[in-house]
Amino acid sequence: MGIEEKVPSGFLLSTVEGLAGYMRKGSLWPATFGLACCAIEMMATGAGRYDLARFGMEVFRASPRQADLMIVAGRVSQKMAPVLRQIYDQMPNPKWVLSMGVCASSGGMFNNYAIVQGVDHVVPVDIYLPGCPPRPEMLMDAIIKLHEEIQKTPLGVDRVAAARAAEEAALKALPTIEMKGLLRP
Amino acid sequence: MAASKGKKPGKPGPLASVAGFGTTFGTMFKKPNTEQYPEEKVPTQLRFHGRHQLNRHPDGLEKCIGCELCAWACPADAIYVEGADNTEEERFSPGERYGRVYQINYLRCILCGLCIEACPTRALTMTNEYELADTSRESLIYTKDRLLAPLAEGMVPPPHRMYEDASGREVTEKEYYRGEVPRADDDLLGQMLAAAKAADENAAEVSS
Repeated sequence: MGIEEKVPSGFLLSTVEGLAGYMRKGSLWPATFGLACCAIEMMATGAGRYDLARFGMEVFRASPRQADLMIVAGRVSQKMAPVLRQIYDQMPNPKWVLSMGVCASSGGMFNNYAIVQGVDHVVPVDIYLPGCPPRPEMLMDAIIKLHEEIQKTPLGVDRVAAARAAEEAALKALPTIEMKGLLRP
Repeated sequence: MAASKGKKPGKPGPLASVAGFGTTFGTMFKKPNTEQYPEEKVPTQLRFHGRHQLNRHPDGLEKCIGCELCAWACPADAIYVEGADNTEEERFSPGERYGRVYQINYLRCILCGLCIEACPTRALTMTNEYELADTSRESLIYTKDRLLAPLAEGMVPPPHRMYEDASGREVTEKEYYRGEVPRADDDLLGQMLAAAKAADENAAEVSS
């Protein structure tokens, strides 16, 4: 009947996915979430010399409802963790999290009771960026790698299936407490 | 006083409220200083602390002796080393020991360079590479295969025996560290080339 039956299977949806991904990655709006020294580098990336406006993301939104990318820049203390989660929950879907710097990614050199050992204990992280603090080029590199991930994001049924598969994989994965070596948090 | 005759320093003149626009207007004629990062990469300073690298001796043997001093110096506990003994059949570095397992967790490493200062054999140095972002925690633990320096001209991948000079004498560990080994000896290079050739022929036979 329709065009869906004439074209090869998956053709139409994949094209729509590609288009949606292209538009999503071209207009990421970051929420300001500067927590420590990494925020200085994040501000430098937004300013004239490195100019995030080239990627269509110069507006750092102070309001989470108008943002879809959370750049967690700096160490997250135990007291900040619920605040971070609330801001993440307030952001509309689809949303992404970039964990900037070693402190946000794994606690870094602050392996103590006050700091959350990796922001992925609180929110799902899409891309990790090492460095202490990462230079603006490193942040832009992480953003470009995130763009590639966004471009590949499935839509509709595929998106639900992908989320299921990710959840199953996470349930099957070895708990961090049983991990050995450097992976142990 | 002479200064009190002129304009008072604290009081703005009549044009002061629009003087700021002059700065804005003047900026329009300046060249933009924006770096076009992904297209044109501006090289970092040579002393920039980037990703680590495990170096090799000129004949391809590893410099790391598995002493764990880098792991002890690390303020963030980001390095994990496990040493093992070299044997005559399997030699990875000149001398007694080599680093069997070498991991750096880039989600802990703060790129401070204390490990570089601690390394007694200059096995560990830093490159200027900084594009490290990745999507999972596991992939950011770099193992030895990603940290080792690539093989340069005249190097043979370990394990292999130590360098033999023209008279056929195997040189000592000290001569390695004095830099008296120029490259892998002809015997070893010949063996490597022959092995590569044989592998190529095998692959051709399998595919045909």
